[in-house]
Amino acid sequence: MDTLLLSFIVLIYLILIGYTGYIAWKRTESAEDFMVAGRTSHPYIMALSYGATFISTAAIVGFGGVAGVYGMGLLWLTVLNILVGIFIAFVFFGKKTRKMGHNISALTFPEFLSKRYDSKFIQYFSGLVIFVGMPLYASVVLIGMARFVEATLNIDYTVALLVMAIIVAIYVIFGGIKGVMYTDALQGTIMFFGMIFLLVSTYWILGGVTGSQQALTNMANLVPQSAAATGATGWTTMPALGSPFWWSLLSTLILGVGIGVLSQPQLVVRFMTVKSNRELNRAVLVGGIFIFLMTGTAFIVGALSNVYFFQQMGQIAVQAAGENADKIIPLFITKAMPLWFAYLFMITLLSAAMSTLSAQFHVQGTAIGRDVYETLSRKKGRSTVLIARGGIAIAVLIAVILGLVLPTNIIAVGTAMWFSLTAVAFLSMYVCALFWKGSTKLGVISGMVTGTLITLFWLLFVFKKSAGALGISQAIVGSPTLITAAPWPAMDPIVIGLPIAAVITIVVSLLTKKPSKEHIDKCFEGI
Amino acid sequence: MEVLGIPDPWVWSAYILSILAMLLCVIYGVLNWNKGEEEEEEQIKEELEWEKKEREMEEKELGM
Repeated sequence: MDTLLLSFIVLIYLILIGYTGYIAWKRTESAEDFMVAGRTSHPYIMALSYGATFISTAAIVGFGGVAGVYGMGLLWLTVLNILVGIFIAFVFFGKKTRKMGHNISALTFPEFLSKRYDSKFIQYFSGLVIFVGMPLYASVVLIGMARFVEATLNIDYTVALLVMAIIVAIYVIFGGIKGVMYTDALQGTIMFFGMIFLLVSTYWILGGVTGSQQALTNMANLVPQSAAATGATGWTTMPALGSPFWWSLLSTLILGVGIGVLSQPQLVVRFMTVKSNRELNRAVLVGGIFIFLMTGTAFIVGALSNVYFFQQMGQIAVQAAGENADKIIPLFITKAMPLWFAYLFMITLLSAAMSTLSAQFHVQGTAIGRDVYETLSRKKGRSTVLIARGGIAIAVLIAVILGLVLPTNIIAVGTAMWFSLTAVAFLSMYVCALFWKGSTKLGVISGMVTGTLITLFWLLFVFKKSAGALGISQAIVGSPTLITAAPWPAMDPIVIGLPIAAVITIVVSLLTKKPSKEHIDKCFEGI
Repeated sequence: MEVLGIPDPWVWSAYILSILAMLLCVIYGVLNWNKGEEEEEEQIKEELEWEKKEREMEEKELGM
């Protein structure tokens, strides 16, 4: 460890972040200032802010590590991330969400759904889903960062996790939300150049694009016996069709995250805060390039790290990382990249984690304060502030506890579980809210409640990765999963829950009383 | 057929599609660069009100 170099990089970074934060704060003194700055500011800021919140340490460290195990087939997730997470999200969902959000004065995602369907139940139920489900996602973001600090600075994982949690708690509670988009954009820029450097130098070290990928293809015979038995065929080929390995890659990692992004509460909120459709149109360009570089680089480098570790240590990536896929990317960067880059990358991941965690904790705080407490008690004001702050404190604490007790290889699976839960619970009703005037309150409530219950049941009793780790099924029925016959235990809840939730939403909507014409006209005004 | 050292068409097509998807975003962004700006007086007023409410919420709920 080079303390002088590390201190120098940290100092420069802090000066840049401090200066950017100060400029942003100065420009947002009043609503008018904010408006003017907003109208003249480059959509680069919006897109990178969205991207930096979307792509966190979980995507880079967790999914990069997963690519080291599953190979380059994971690039289908990059395709979905760009087409669904950016193109469809911005062009088809973003514009309508923005206008409808204005029409009904919604400030949070649960509030948006609740006001669109004129139902308080929707607000506190979805607030509760967020507060219960999000700590898992927040904790895997923390784990990603702590794993990287552990590898780069060679300090204990538990110490790294606790220090990270304390830094983020201070950042969220005292640093505030102001200026977050400007600092996000700066952090996004650092991530942007960092990933280009990582991609180019990886290809350079391993013998060019075709050469390095050919070397990876030639390693197919090195796939571990255990993985081959479940369907793995190599790092540049898809797993055997219908095998547990194939289901895991396709349903959990690619579909769960690729589609789940559309109904992510912390991202949907961002559509409601942009100034006009023009900003969204421009953000598509910046966002497309950003997500391509972030996820594409992480997945390609993760898979190719197998070639590097085999050439240097005679082991495949996951063996070199001590059977913990979460450690593959941190280990590759510390071993294969120059020291200055490892430090710079650590800073990049720290900012990626902070930008995502601040949004996550903020959403959880408001979910419990505004969406649940205010809705149930019908009280507003001081007590809501206390509840929201208490909610943030509890959320940080739960994330730390989960960070200490969760098993290894959890980052990508934990992220995918959260994405699945939100997709199954919210996606049908969100799509109907924007595109179907005939959807009814009872219809979407039935879809949301059934979807949530199916997901929870599947995660606790059927889905092997989560049910096995949590042990609730084992305790109740004496078996890690209720169904043992393939392919069910390898199938993500999204494959089962999303179609059922969608059918229930549509059928019940067709059978129940339509909303009033005035309400629909108000929601869809100008759309 | 092997493309860029990758033998499986399902994998190399994902590699190429991710580049094409990015290019789609770039082309869409360039073609619509100046479209969608809302200049109506009412819209601006509405957005000012929006910002004000959001700031109030942040201050009220999180004390920021």
